[in-house]
Amino acid sequence: MKKETIAAVSTGMTNSGIGIVRISGEEAFAIADRVYRGKEKIAEAESHTIHYGHIVDQEEIVDEVLVMVMKSPRTFTGEDTVEINCHGGTFVVKRVLETVIKNGARPADPGEFTKRAFLNGKMDLSQAEAVIDVINSENEYALQSSISQLKGSVKTKISNIRNKIIYNTAFIESALDDPEHIEIDGYAETLKAASEEIINELEEMICSADNGRVIREGINTVILGKPNAGKSSLLNVLAGHERAIVTDIEGTTRDILEEQVRLGDLSLNVIDTAGIRNTKDVIEKIGVDRAKEYAGRADLIIYVVDASRELDENDEKILPLIRDKNAVILLNKSDLNTIVSEKMITEKACVLTGGDYKKKIPVISISAKEEKGINKLEKKIKEMFINGIVSFNEQIYISNVRQKNALISASKSMKKVVESINAGMPEDFYSIDLMDAYEALGSITGESVGEDLINEIFSKFCMGK
Amino acid sequence: MKYSANSVWENNDGYDIAVIGAGHAGCEAALAAARLGFRTVMFTVSVDSIALMPCNPNIGGSSKGHLVREVDALGGEMGKVIDQTFIQSKMLNKSKGPAVHSLRAQADKADYSRAMRQVLEEQENLDIRQMEITDILAEDGKVTGVQTYSGCIYPCKAVVLCTGTYLRARCIYGDVSTNTGPNGLQSANHLTECLKNLGIKMYRFKTGTPARIARNSIDFSKMEEQKGDERVVPFSFTTDPESVQIDQVSCWLTYTNERTHEIIRNNLDRSPLFSGAIEGTGPRYCPSIEDKVVKFPDKNRHQVFIEPEGIHTNEMYVGGMSSSLPEDVQYKMYRSVPGLEKAKIVRNAYAIEYDCIDARQLKSTLEFKNIEGLFSGGQFNGSSGYEEAAAQGLIAGINAARKLQGKDGIIIDRSQGYIGVLIDDLVTKESHEPYRMMTSRAEYRLLLRQDNADIRLTRIGYDVGLISRERYQRLLDKERMIEEELKRVEHTNIGTSSKVRDVLEKYGSTPLNSGTTLAELIRRPELSYEKLKEIDEQRPDLPYDVQEQVDINIKYDGYIKRQMRQVEQFKKLEKKKIPEDINYDEIQSLRIEAKQKLNQIRPASIGQASRISGVSPADISVLLVYLKLS
Repeated sequence: MKKETIAAVSTGMTNSGIGIVRISGEEAFAIADRVYRGKEKIAEAESHTIHYGHIVDQEEIVDEVLVMVMKSPRTFTGEDTVEINCHGGTFVVKRVLETVIKNGARPADPGEFTKRAFLNGKMDLSQAEAVIDVINSENEYALQSSISQLKGSVKTKISNIRNKIIYNTAFIESALDDPEHIEIDGYAETLKAASEEIINELEEMICSADNGRVIREGINTVILGKPNAGKSSLLNVLAGHERAIVTDIEGTTRDILEEQVRLGDLSLNVIDTAGIRNTKDVIEKIGVDRAKEYAGRADLIIYVVDASRELDENDEKILPLIRDKNAVILLNKSDLNTIVSEKMITEKACVLTGGDYKKKIPVISISAKEEKGINKLEKKIKEMFINGIVSFNEQIYISNVRQKNALISASKSMKKVVESINAGMPEDFYSIDLMDAYEALGSITGESVGEDLINEIFSKFCMGK
Repeated sequence: MKYSANSVWENNDGYDIAVIGAGHAGCEAALAAARLGFRTVMFTVSVDSIALMPCNPNIGGSSKGHLVREVDALGGEMGKVIDQTFIQSKMLNKSKGPAVHSLRAQADKADYSRAMRQVLEEQENLDIRQMEITDILAEDGKVTGVQTYSGCIYPCKAVVLCTGTYLRARCIYGDVSTNTGPNGLQSANHLTECLKNLGIKMYRFKTGTPARIARNSIDFSKMEEQKGDERVVPFSFTTDPESVQIDQVSCWLTYTNERTHEIIRNNLDRSPLFSGAIEGTGPRYCPSIEDKVVKFPDKNRHQVFIEPEGIHTNEMYVGGMSSSLPEDVQYKMYRSVPGLEKAKIVRNAYAIEYDCIDARQLKSTLEFKNIEGLFSGGQFNGSSGYEEAAAQGLIAGINAARKLQGKDGIIIDRSQGYIGVLIDDLVTKESHEPYRMMTSRAEYRLLLRQDNADIRLTRIGYDVGLISRERYQRLLDKERMIEEELKRVEHTNIGTSSKVRDVLEKYGSTPLNSGTTLAELIRRPELSYEKLKEIDEQRPDLPYDVQEQVDINIKYDGYIKRQMRQVEQFKKLEKKKIPEDINYDEIQSLRIEAKQKLNQIRPASIGQASRISGVSPADISVLLVYLKLS
């Protein structure tokens, strides 16, 4: 396999006290030296020693760290390895990893450290089968998740860019292959304009990737509550615009609505569900079943209680769903006369589940209608997040980093095309970078290059003989 | 019944290797085998058609020119013969990068054929026999000989199949079809059955050729003249460049027009391609004129190149207008083209169908996986083109000989040559049409240039035994000169003298503020090694081909290094061999599709496995782990 230097967060994307970013490969020390400022150069450090210093992104200090230097072969992977111990908190860890990647490491594939460890003879044979399983399941999962995480619009955008790239490459290649039939003199200017347009589009996507718009990065959050408790209103407040249909009629949310919400630095994938109640309406029934399903998989559940109405059997159905989950209970409709108090709901929760809650579920009073108490909710979720209660969906996070990386590398390749044109290089040199960009973008949409170029040449351009 | 029991007898001339077919693949295969010291017999249905060029009258062209040079560097014959018999020559893509410069020569077909035949006839250890082969004899999965139509058995230890387009060949235009090979030659109708019985999977492919028109019926005043290059570059690294500076003949360019297209459209229903009378799969890269008109309706004209078939013939090839339309439509169609109004057709255009194999049954050495000692090359393997055929024929011939020497076969990998790309694609990827070489198929094309084919491959040719000690020594000398000059150029400082300023100004290059190296200046697009001669006082007097290598290596240094890094990665995977007896069904974690593909193709290395469509990176990881285990 390719022996590029790889990096990943090895402590998982939870908020433990410290986070470790591991770099492994031939260039591990060189890359570490590019991001680390301390007394000593990593490359000159002795093996198996720890060093204090800072991780810097250009001139900006990202974190104060301890760096462990381990030389091949006495490491987990058998390769030169650097482990950066940074402060816990997903943001810091993420920033450190991104800085490392920016400086030449490639995001590790799922299970790749283990795989390398095995291939470098660092594991015994009994572990091998397990390794295969990990590689298999994780690769497939990663591919699935990375593709399914793509929004339709982003996928279309990338496909369009890829089509433009392959068309231009095919034109150049057909002319090189059949110079007497197809003329490309002066084509450089056309290609330059097209490339610059592509670069702009890519850069835009890279920027929005930071805002979590490209990929559904974030905490999978499900809003639960009985009909007309104000779930959709809450979603609308969080999303900042009307998306769910809000009426006074129970059961207006028939399906599952999804929304990306920014809460300060946090990104939530909020799923609004149909209210949970016994229902005979088939369509709504499907919505309810799905709500339960989503709740089972959620990273965070926001349980909206209508504080103006008595708790009823519908609430009793919901409470078990939030058991053993990271949840926040919202007492909504604080603008009306409230019947349900914080104490009541907490007690109810304990009774229902036999007092089995692992932790106290926070309860917050809000008014979605008047947008009151939302700040408290934000603060609470952030607190949970930063304290590491809520764990990121690690796979999605990894695929995000990888996708963003692919966009960056595609953009870099396209810039090289423009450079080659500006430098007056002959046309055949453009193809190299054009195809690199094409391949990088394909890795986002899960498409390989294969015979695409040859097929494009034949289908779009009339060859001679 | 092919022959009666009475006529069966055994030839006792003691041949080691039998080559079936005397086209461009067969010629190279037979020469290589005989030159490596093995008693070789070459069978052909017609001795008068040795090294026949039944389609276009040229050798080389984009990426094909690369192949010819590689064949030459390995000790093949094609380059030398075309250097003696060409009548016009051009370096294509001269204004583009060095990787896509491609040599193409118009051949005098009859001369080419005659010259190649002479080489074969004079070759020690090689006999030519006019006879159709009907059976490949094999015992226990091993070749033991071949049998002719007349019943004679030729015992031998290896066989190279180079049957081209002759197996069950059928030529078609309109509703006329004849069971003949190209040019009305006898087809070989029996061998397919035998191959199927040996368990070989056959395909049926199709290709075509345009009409030949009488030169004296053409009005050249309505066409544009296409001359050859002023300074001709030879194909062979052994040819004296001065010997190829000959008087060249011209080709001519004209165009089809709307009327041509209308004639074609009005008669599409009479084309065997559109009516379904042709079952074979045709190539997309040389479509018939009717294909072009249908597929590209927006183009209101297509180029037509009128090319001489030779000096001593009246026939002209009509490049760009191959067809299988009926004869009467052909007349109308050709005569609608400016300059061809009074054209007299000498030979009709036709489509030809023939049997070939799914080349994924071959190893990279071009030996059949399931029959030891049976090799194949050329159009029989599903390729197209004289050059592709010659390249495979050479490798198949070399490897048949090496088999008898008890040595491993030669495999040129994708980073060493177009030959490697060609063979790897053929034996790894499924193809539904005749395969043609293209520069875009070579991922490391910046390294695989026609100008450095000798540096890439002469060493292999020498190790094999087809390149003389003397020629190898010349290569070593050349390499040394290049290396020394590269070093010198990198370390030669250029100051800011007025002489330097003048030279830079002359070529529109930015003046220097401070000193730099000669290499840095060469890297400027507007400058070159040659142009900087006057400010390079210490420059030694070096042969042109050495100067050329220095220039290219300095100028494209960044790109070349980048590709070399990619090649390193590639080599790592190529070096990981997969044992021949691997049982893919045993590897549970492989996906079913991957298992099927791997079982079918049985790749020799992890690298090859990774190029099979349907085998994912995860499958490759699993394979790597499995190999490590066992």
